[in-house]
Amino acid sequence: MAAFGSFALLLALVLCAYNLLAGTIALRQLSTGAAGRISPERLAETARRAGISSFIAVSAAAAALLYSVFTNNFSIAYILHHSNRALPGPYKFAALWSGQEGSLLLWAWLLAGYGFVLRLRHKVDVRLTAYASTILAAIQVFFLLLLNFTALPFAIAPGEIAGDGFGLNPLLQYPEMVIHPPMLYLGYVGFSVPFAFALGALMMRYPGEKWIHITRRWTMVTWIFLTCGVVLGMHWAYAVLGWGGYWGWDPVENASLMPWLTGTAFLHSVMMQEKRGMMKNWNVWLIFSTFMLSILGTLLTRSGIVSSVHAFAQSSIGNWFVGFLVITLIVCTFTFVLQRDHLKTEHKLESLVSRESSFLFNNLVLLAACFTVLWGTLFPVLSEYVQGSKVTVGAPFYNRVAVPIGLFLLFLTGVGPLLAWRSSSFKSIRKNFIAPLVAGVVTAIILTLFGVHFWQDEGSFYSLVCFSLAALVTTAIGSEFVRGAAVIQRHTGQNILASMVQLTRRNTRRYGGYLVHFGIVVMFVGLAGSAFNRSVEKELGFGQSMDLGPYHLVCQSFTQETNANYDTEYSLMDVYRNGKKQFQLAPEKRFYQASQQTQTMVANHSTPLWDLYLVYEGKNPETGLPIIKAFLNPLVMWIWIGVAIVVFGTAVALMPNLTATLASQRNRPDTLAASAEVEAPALRGGD
Amino acid sequence: MRRKVRRPTRLSKSALRVAQAALLSVILTFSMGAASPGTRFNDLGHKMICSCGCNQVLLECNHVGCPASEGMRNELMAGIDRGDNNNLLLQSFVQKYGPTVLAAPSAQGFNRVAWVMPFAVLLLGMGGTMLLVRKWKLRSVEMPPVPIMPGFERVRDRIRYDTDEFRGDPRP
Repeated sequence: MAAFGSFALLLALVLCAYNLLAGTIALRQLSTGAAGRISPERLAETARRAGISSFIAVSAAAAALLYSVFTNNFSIAYILHHSNRALPGPYKFAALWSGQEGSLLLWAWLLAGYGFVLRLRHKVDVRLTAYASTILAAIQVFFLLLLNFTALPFAIAPGEIAGDGFGLNPLLQYPEMVIHPPMLYLGYVGFSVPFAFALGALMMRYPGEKWIHITRRWTMVTWIFLTCGVVLGMHWAYAVLGWGGYWGWDPVENASLMPWLTGTAFLHSVMMQEKRGMMKNWNVWLIFSTFMLSILGTLLTRSGIVSSVHAFAQSSIGNWFVGFLVITLIVCTFTFVLQRDHLKTEHKLESLVSRESSFLFNNLVLLAACFTVLWGTLFPVLSEYVQGSKVTVGAPFYNRVAVPIGLFLLFLTGVGPLLAWRSSSFKSIRKNFIAPLVAGVVTAIILTLFGVHFWQDEGSFYSLVCFSLAALVTTAIGSEFVRGAAVIQRHTGQNILASMVQLTRRNTRRYGGYLVHFGIVVMFVGLAGSAFNRSVEKELGFGQSMDLGPYHLVCQSFTQETNANYDTEYSLMDVYRNGKKQFQLAPEKRFYQASQQTQTMVANHSTPLWDLYLVYEGKNPETGLPIIKAFLNPLVMWIWIGVAIVVFGTAVALMPNLTATLASQRNRPDTLAASAEVEAPALRGGD
Repeated sequence: MRRKVRRPTRLSKSALRVAQAALLSVILTFSMGAASPGTRFNDLGHKMICSCGCNQVLLECNHVGCPASEGMRNELMAGIDRGDNNNLLLQSFVQKYGPTVLAAPSAQGFNRVAWVMPFAVLLLGMGGTMLLVRKWKLRSVEMPPVPIMPGFERVRDRIRYDTDEFRGDPRP
């Protein structure tokens, strides 16, 4: 199986190299008009087919590695180091990306998959797709070079074949670990596609903005994968690491956030290019940066440049990534300089108070947030270079610097959609902003009266601002829906909810976007709850208890068990509220036999108001009693609900508009008037 | 020439007193509770990193059998009980464990750059954007005023809608 896998990878490299070479020659001939022995169209077609075949070859390699994991083939070093016989089936899948070589193979496989779909759908624009396909092949060649010459997933373990493997890292033995990395990788890798289209469109001086239409769905799907990947990572950290939080500003977490921020900025600013032919230079560099930040994220995870709690796959391949990043930057800069006259803007901003400038500011704040994260991540390296000593840049830094920037972004989320394209009049601003502002101020007053004292500490202040802004933005979004639905209701007699559904189906992109914004608001509300986290730690024997918030926790028993994969110690905790038993929680500590590592398993009871989160910290060696740490974390559930709304909103935005219905309705005079009335806010609103 | 000195009126004196009282109450509010040992322990414990190499904030390090966190927490508590001020406590930890023990760069020397840079970039970007918009606005040609007709807005919206390829996402 090792020989088969190695051969499949080598074949994939040859096919991709052919795709790159033949594609480059064909495109060169097509652009210069030069003729060779084979017509450029035929040569380009062979390149496309080689690209398609490379997907089959990489898939075969991935299948070979998975087969080896499931058949416990410990002659392969990778399987020996990342699996063992007792490892449950789903986690054997996770073994594919738990180490350096496997995760690079996953990257190459996903990239080949994206390329496969792109090459199959080449008729959407044959020439542009040929450019994008060739660029993707170049990226794929890099990863296949790594897999064939540096990080070999099918390398044979020296010596005799071991009877059992060293097992999977215990941190990765959690259900979300089966889906979190693939989601994140789908996001990272997916940005290669809009990047390839953007670079290709620039190279060939593609007329118009069609490349944006072609890549819109790619970008949105990629963005939602990355969003889900980041949030699943947060949930995993919350459920597995057991420190009571979900985001520690670790360099690897930051690495996933940076392309998300620039990708979000790109999704917004391409609308300016689509609608007004503006910000072309900006957009090209945004997508270039997003792709390069995805690579930088991988570099940070693997190179050991910055220390991180979850850099599982550190090795010496950092130099390869640095080289690749430098080459990418040179190619992008060279192409941009050569073709920059093609990116001349068609319109210019006319007012500071307009939809366009709100997009500009939104982009600016997103980029400032990205810079802050990058700056904080790399500052220890810079500090060591300048001062000779490393400093730590942890959560206190980001809470002080990134939180205000994030709140400003939340504010813009509410303000932007209320402004008109080109210019907003004072009258329309007053009309649109009064209700949201009142909602924001009333929320602030009510919360202050109910005990959120902003003068107490920084966290309370930021939370109050966040809740008020959330009310402002929610009201702004709600008023957009209600205004449009009211018009439909007037003309069709439907109830307001049905009218909202119809409104959304008429313009899925705009109203799906609003739903995404609402989801982000809900997530912010969940994040703001962290200012009010409480915790208590106590040694608890049989029948002993502790109190936290409204809960009374009683230790019912503590015991230990053993199974094939791990030994476990846990406490059974009865949870009472108002004197009545509500539920039982069992925080746990596991000792994995194969890897000889210990891991806590958090017990969490989640409600919309708060999470009761229990951690088994271990036993006091003197008394032999378990130490339990309990956290009461308010509003955490809303983060996960918010992300579900974001996913739903993105799905809505990806759906086609209800054009057929509209076309039939257009001929009716009453609906014609209704359509115009409903769409009028679009001039003010839009996406 | 003698400058005429303006005497404070009764109203301005009262206003001054109110302002002083408000300032005092704000200072008292902010300083109240800050001195309690529990709050200080929590505050300082979140400003430091556990030295075991886990990269977690001291009070959040939950490694089973962590060789460092418990000792560091005890040291911190002892320092607070001794009555050492926050700066002294942090400095003693820096001397013992090195500068990486602080969870965020100090606001001294080159480390100041870490704090200033993000806001400087944001402000520069915003200033630049405003200048750019202003420049573009000045360059744009003034359009003649649009004649106001009854129902004009609705007709314009309908035309935009009908000619829009996105169906409902009109090009302005």
